[in-house]
Amino acid sequence: MTTPTSHDWTSADANGESLLPELVALLRASRGELREEWVRRITDASLLGVMTPDEIFSEVTAVYDNYVDALETGSVETLQAYARDLSERIIPRGVDTDEVLGIVLLLRDVLARRLFVEYQHDKDLLNAILDAYEPAANRIAVTVGVSFVEERERVIREQQEAIRELSTPVLQVRERLLILPIIGMLDAQRARQLTEQLLSEIQSSRAKVVVIDITGVATIDVAVADHIVQTVEAARLMGASAIITGLSSKIAQTLVDLGVDLSMMNTVGDLQGGLEEAERLLGVLPPAEPTER
Amino acid sequence: MPHRVAILAQDHNLIAAIQSDLSDSEVLELRDDLAERIGRRRVRGIVVDVTALDVIDSFVARALREIAVLARLRGAETIIVGIQPDVAIAMVQFKLNLTPLRTALDLDEALGLLECAR
Repeated sequence: MTTPTSHDWTSADANGESLLPELVALLRASRGELREEWVRRITDASLLGVMTPDEIFSEVTAVYDNYVDALETGSVETLQAYARDLSERIIPRGVDTDEVLGIVLLLRDVLARRLFVEYQHDKDLLNAILDAYEPAANRIAVTVGVSFVEERERVIREQQEAIRELSTPVLQVRERLLILPIIGMLDAQRARQLTEQLLSEIQSSRAKVVVIDITGVATIDVAVADHIVQTVEAARLMGASAIITGLSSKIAQTLVDLGVDLSMMNTVGDLQGGLEEAERLLGVLPPAEPTER
Repeated sequence: MPHRVAILAQDHNLIAAIQSDLSDSEVLELRDDLAERIGRRRVRGIVVDVTALDVIDSFVARALREIAVLARLRGAETIIVGIQPDVAIAMVQFKLNLTPLRTALDLDEALGLLECAR
């Protein structure tokens, strides 16, 4: 018996270890034929519809060579890196997980068929070959699939991060006046982040008035209303007055129904009115006529 | 005994700059000290700078409110300046109320407000 090497599946048994090199040599020798067979199967299964035949062929060649290398060395790292790189290229083009898995499994099948053909005269040898081949092939399929999914998750995480950053800009309109336009859903985490961002901005820009515009907020609930009230209150503690603008009639109705007390808050119908009110507070505009209030 | 609060007089204003977190007794000492000085100097405004405070708990908040009420009774306006963002968030979450205290961003701002009120 041989002692196990670091790659346990290449030495699943004594036969497997000696057979793998033979297997790899066979797959290298039949490279052209098997590659074409694989491309044909991919096209038949109408996978990778977004890529041109030329592109498919060049990717297929690279994957095939990496695949055989991985079988030979037992190390999936190169293949993994290639799969990541490939995923990065094809994810923006809308290639789905099922397509990627389908393609890798097709290659596994194509190669297995070739082995059947080659060794059908000797059942025992075929069994031994398959014993060596199957775990390696499965591991490669899993590696490629996982790399693809990980890459996609990374892209999604980055996009979420970007949306979060973009969606809460604090803008300085003039000396000591900030605008905070809130767009989209407000959840607890975003509301907290928003409050922190606003307060540190108040401190660094020495803002005296903050206009919080919620025109872009579709719905509101007790928790979100509470967050807004807390933000206004915290801003006041730091010495800045907050003006809320853009309460739609629906949101106003909801707030009344929920019984949220907004009496402490300075609310103005639209952003323009809010800015005018802010300029009055800053002493840039003269106080409004009593009839306007 | 060295004070952890420097109380400076400027014109008709008193400026109390708190240097570090205060014990409860030091907070009360500050309150009494300010109340006593208002009478002595015909003070019209008090600015309490809390920039150095990492925490404003209910005890400190109440003491600050009491300072404002005391000062009001003796004819002076009180303004708190320099509440840090983290402190402000915590105070709101614990529903600590500073009304009727006025707040301002910094000393400049507070002195400006006092000037306007005159």
